[in-house]
Amino acid sequence: MPIVIEKLTHTYQNGSVNAFTALKDISLTISDGEFVGLIGHTGSGKSTLIQMLNGLMQPTEGRVTVDGFDMNDKKQRAKGRALVGMVFQYPDHQLFDETVYKDISFGPKNMKLNEEEIDKRVREAMRLVGLDFDEFAEKSPFELSGGEKRRTALAGIIAMYPKYLVLDEPMAGLDPAGRRAVLEMIDDFRRQLGCAVIMVSHSMDDIARSAEKVVVLRKGEIFRCGTPQEIFSLSDELREMGLEPPFAARMAGELRRRGMDLPKDIYTNEALVKALAEIKGGAHV
Amino acid sequence: MFKDITLGQYFPVDSPVHRLDPRTKIILLIMYIVMVFIVKDLWVFALVIGFMLFMTAMSRVPLSYVIKAIKPMKWLLPIMFLLNLFMVRTGTELFSWKFITITTGGVRQALFIVLRLVALVSGASLLTLTTTPVSLTEGLERLLSPLKIVRFPVHELAMMMTIALRFIPTLLEEADKIMKAQLARGADLENGNIFKRAKAMLPILIPLFVNSFRRADELALAMESRCYHGGEGRTRLRVLKFSRGDLAALLIMAAMLTAVILLQRFLPFDHQIAAFVKGLLGVGK
Ligand SMILES: Nc1ncnc2c1ncn2[C@@H]1O[C@H](COP(=O)(O)OP(=O)(O)O)[C@@H](O)[C@H]1O
Ligand SMILES: [Mg+2]
Repeated sequence: MPIVIEKLTHTYQNGSVNAFTALKDISLTISDGEFVGLIGHTGSGKSTLIQMLNGLMQPTEGRVTVDGFDMNDKKQRAKGRALVGMVFQYPDHQLFDETVYKDISFGPKNMKLNEEEIDKRVREAMRLVGLDFDEFAEKSPFELSGGEKRRTALAGIIAMYPKYLVLDEPMAGLDPAGRRAVLEMIDDFRRQLGCAVIMVSHSMDDIARSAEKVVVLRKGEIFRCGTPQEIFSLSDELREMGLEPPFAARMAGELRRRGMDLPKDIYTNEALVKALAEIKGGAHV
Repeated sequence: MFKDITLGQYFPVDSPVHRLDPRTKIILLIMYIVMVFIVKDLWVFALVIGFMLFMTAMSRVPLSYVIKAIKPMKWLLPIMFLLNLFMVRTGTELFSWKFITITTGGVRQALFIVLRLVALVSGASLLTLTTTPVSLTEGLERLLSPLKIVRFPVHELAMMMTIALRFIPTLLEEADKIMKAQLARGADLENGNIFKRAKAMLPILIPLFVNSFRRADELALAMESRCYHGGEGRTRLRVLKFSRGDLAALLIMAAMLTAVILLQRFLPFDHQIAAFVKGLLGVGK
């Protein structure tokens, strides 16, 4: 069963002079196992939208149902929330316990799992995020490096085996190698746990690599929703919104402009390389 | 959640009261408080209230904002009123039934307590409504600067206050984010007895403290790297200026205070009126 967002509208400080409508009439469905990329300018409402997905905020109008659980209903919310794992931008907002092991087990403990199951899940989660158990399990989360903190925070959510994994700019502030590592990790969980992923990112390249569906928010409204192909062929519109299309799409566009005959649906580096190799190979023959 | 709390309730409009030097306003408030306490006569009190309303009108702050400041006392005021009404037994007896006795002294005292509290709180809130927290601490620093002679750390205290005020909204926002991060991991903050709930706050308080200490460290470093070394020899961006308006305001207030003291001394209206009313009703001798 999917996550269904129906006619969702949210106004901050509703009724006061500072009222601000951050989301307007959003309808969207996220199916099982799907990888959804959410992009938009800063302030377009991305963070607001994903906090609705596990009921951390209630919309002013409309509703979200997670596998049939109505997130506006206080009783059903807890059940829905257990299905949605939420990773926030800053691990510093989440890490608190004495050791990495204890911190990761906080979520599973709240799910009232037994010791054995918790231990199994913590080890599994640490393996998935690439934290060596013997080295890190007994370390304090406060003496880790930035990248290790982020891995620990991710592991804390993964150990809950969410059916939907929601990530708010999970790669912000990481170096390119770190970004790639996190992205590969996310692909890994998805394969191993079979969960759906909803990822907010500023980097079109990251979205282009993994997403099956791309949602573009503009000023609180869904501007476009479609396959990466459909979205990234709209380079000009994206640029107008202050978003940078993926490198490969920009490159292909530039080459086309200079008279090279490239297909219009190129948006990943792999596709670009392949197309170029074909042309080059063709010229030689 | 936490973000809805408004602090530093400054009401941003331009008015003669807003333009007054913060030092003037602090002195005015002190004189006003003295006035509220020396008044012992209901008629003279009407004058004080009238003055308060006049200042509010001058400041162009809607009266409703001043009244909002009194709202938190909606339980305290009636309790104080009733306690004084029943407990104070001076003057003539007005009403007596079983163990309840109401006297003229009790009525007076009860009225005065309520009026004084309302006058004090609305006066203080008018100060914070018309003065930004930063200029308030600046005014305080300058007023207290004579204490430097006895090595009282006036500048440091004012700087601490400014920093604290600056970081309160940041801290509230952060508390909100941390709370959401832990709720998303299934933290249960609402159920259980008081000990359980106190313990459930730990995952929120620990990151909040850790982040605050880190932030304090960074701030200290940033200040030192810009050559901050305490108050000595430090010049100001905005130099406080004592204008003619300030002088006028202080003179008016001084005149008010003198008038109140004199009226209090030579015109005991209350007693005359009481005698007059009693004479009309033909009671008491
Ligand atoms: N608690 C809040 N109160 C008022 N306005 C808010 C609050 N949180 C966010 N906003 C506003 O809502 C808009 C959307 O914010 P957000 O969802 O964080 O955007 P994004 O994640 O896309 O950058 C922004 O304009 C922001 O200023
Ligand atoms: Mg955001």
